[in-house]
Amino acid sequence: MSAEPRRARLGRLAQRAPLSVAWALACMIGCVVIARAAPARAETSNTASDTLAAVRERSELVWGGDIQGGEPYVFEDPRDPSHLVGFEVEIAGALARELGLKRARFAEVQWSNLVPSLERGDIDVVLNGLEDTPERRARLRLSRPYFVFHEVLAVQRGAPYRSLDDLRGKRVGTLNQTYALELLQGRPADRAVEIALYEGQEEPYYDLQVGRVDAVFLDHVIAARYGCPLAGVECLPGDQPRGTYVVGLRRGDAALAGAIDGALGRILASGELRRILETWHLWDDAQKGLASAHGPADAPDAYSAAPAPSLSRGQIVLFFQGAAVTIVLSVAAFAIAVPLGMLLAATRVNAGRLACVVATAYVELLRGTPVLLQLYVLYFGLAPVLRLGPITAATLGLGLNYAAYEAEVYRGALLAVPRGQTEAAAALGLGRWQALRYVMLPQAVRTALPAVTNDFVSLLKDSSLVSVLTVVELTKRMTIAAVEIRSWLGPGLLCAALYFAMSFPLSRLSRHLETRLENDPRPRIA
Amino acid sequence: MIHVRALRKRFGPRVVLDGIDARVRERECVAIVGPSGCGKSTLLRCLNALEPFDGGAVDIAGFALTGGAGPGRVAARALREAVGMVFQELHLFPHLTALENVALAPRVVAGRARAEAMDRGRELLARVGLGDRAESYPGELSGGQKQRVAIARAIAMPLKVLLLDEPTSALDPAMREEVREVVRSLSRENALTLVLATHEMRLASELADRVWAMKDGRIVAEGPPAEVL
Repeated sequence: MSAEPRRARLGRLAQRAPLSVAWALACMIGCVVIARAAPARAETSNTASDTLAAVRERSELVWGGDIQGGEPYVFEDPRDPSHLVGFEVEIAGALARELGLKRARFAEVQWSNLVPSLERGDIDVVLNGLEDTPERRARLRLSRPYFVFHEVLAVQRGAPYRSLDDLRGKRVGTLNQTYALELLQGRPADRAVEIALYEGQEEPYYDLQVGRVDAVFLDHVIAARYGCPLAGVECLPGDQPRGTYVVGLRRGDAALAGAIDGALGRILASGELRRILETWHLWDDAQKGLASAHGPADAPDAYSAAPAPSLSRGQIVLFFQGAAVTIVLSVAAFAIAVPLGMLLAATRVNAGRLACVVATAYVELLRGTPVLLQLYVLYFGLAPVLRLGPITAATLGLGLNYAAYEAEVYRGALLAVPRGQTEAAAALGLGRWQALRYVMLPQAVRTALPAVTNDFVSLLKDSSLVSVLTVVELTKRMTIAAVEIRSWLGPGLLCAALYFAMSFPLSRLSRHLETRLENDPRPRIA
Repeated sequence: MIHVRALRKRFGPRVVLDGIDARVRERECVAIVGPSGCGKSTLLRCLNALEPFDGGAVDIAGFALTGGAGPGRVAARALREAVGMVFQELHLFPHLTALENVALAPRVVAGRARAEAMDRGRELLARVGLGDRAESYPGELSGGQKQRVAIARAIAMPLKVLLLDEPTSALDPAMREEVREVVRSLSRENALTLVLATHEMRLASELADRVWAMKDGRIVAEGPPAEVL
């Protein structure tokens, strides 16, 4: 008898769902078109003389770097954390002095955003282990080099690998936006490696130690400090590619670049640069080549090779792959969160005092600390005892975190089941857990459904946090693409469209469930 | 079957049951009458161990309850398999059909096979005149039909005693008649001991072997309906 109206309701849902999906799809396609057509942001109005003049006027050179890059570049003095030290701090100071400025001011910018930040005009120069690469030459104006590095391949002690060629198809860790990454990406298909992208320089070596990557490929300054000294890590000798660190400037800033090249030349000639590098144990024979090296910045022809200002077809495919990672990850995490949340809620409502205290502590702890912190602890903190892969750790981390939120939703829903229902179950001889299983939970789940659907939408968006565990999902893909094509607009729109396409049908479903619940005859009796 | 001795119960400062002494013999039907708030419902709930009490003792269907600490959880569950209760507000399970409401306890508590429990559930619904509404949800039933589902749900377990709290209070006259018929057949055909709390004098006088008249937490009169009412 009641089957008929229910079937009718399902029919209405079936008719409506394609509409909202179609709408989301249309929206997404529109954004892809815009994303491909969107021009790169117009070159900022900074003409060459402007920045140099502006720098002189405020008598201050604003240089960008990332403190997370750590020793020896720029980092907080352990004895006085309010004070920054590092060889680049000293070089920046020397440059400012040579330019006749009062001081050099450091600006903290996340490493992978240094170039976009420079282009936005937040900083005057990038001075933070920026490597001279063909791509950067095309995109920026680069100074003459101030340091010569070579890449180092680190593997686990006793591993059979002696070179990158031995690592075909293996996982190799490196940092985002580095020359090492470009070298890895540029390998021919038959000798390609799987790249694991990190944001900090300690984590890849840490993962190498515990076996989550097979090798780490980074420059010798990082390797010598963060990799080679570790137990179980071996830095392979061998002639690895060399490169140089340069100061990065906006393309139009020829005058400032000339001034900085001049300043670098003077501190080289005076021996000050050598003294600085020696202080930080960075001087070696390779640095002798610095004196004869010239800046690449005076080659204006290179500018014509600027990267395409819009997303390529290949990048858009990668976006969809990122979206697939996002959705698979979210579904898997939710598959952990829902049953665990139910168990926690049931325990808090129904179980003895001790179990209840434990469940409450879990919920409060997981809700009271950032999920990002939890992901770090799970992936890096627990690695010595529990070696989880990035995807596993990401799924588990999000799942465990969301379980705490689901627990609260279900607890509320359980408490909303009228007390008479529990009494009726008890009067029939049902035990507490039987009453929960057959009487309380089925009713609570129905009440909780709209809120749970909403939480899934939140989870979908929060899943972007797992990029810190080297998982490349949708948001991470967007940041990578944005840096590559020098525009946040197109990738941002496409990314937003994909998230929206995934979340909008769910929001609609949630609203539909709410209305359906209100019109349902079943929960409406005494 | 039921022996209540010096039963006392208070909610905070308010004395709800003030020394109840009473007996119910096997297969007897007793009606408790009295104004609202006189303690009828509380007395029924004490008999079913849903409500702990402060003093006195209750022997019911072979189980002994004493005042002070409530009964152990296991003892209470065993007791409720022999002593059923139909609440004034019914408390049917809204997410289950009428049939599933009736079959739940036999399946989960008595461990019957699903098919067996369902067959027996259909029989019981037919007996209360609801054979054709087995698949309806409680929200789709009338007041009298709901009341009869609640009774069928209670007697689905092998009971010795059935407690009914105001079984006809919320019903219009025609529906009262339906329910009265069902209760009458219970006391005749099911060999059940019945205790029912009611306002309705006609129900008490037609069904009950004896009537307890309650006032302010005491039984103030007791005897055959003709004498007390």
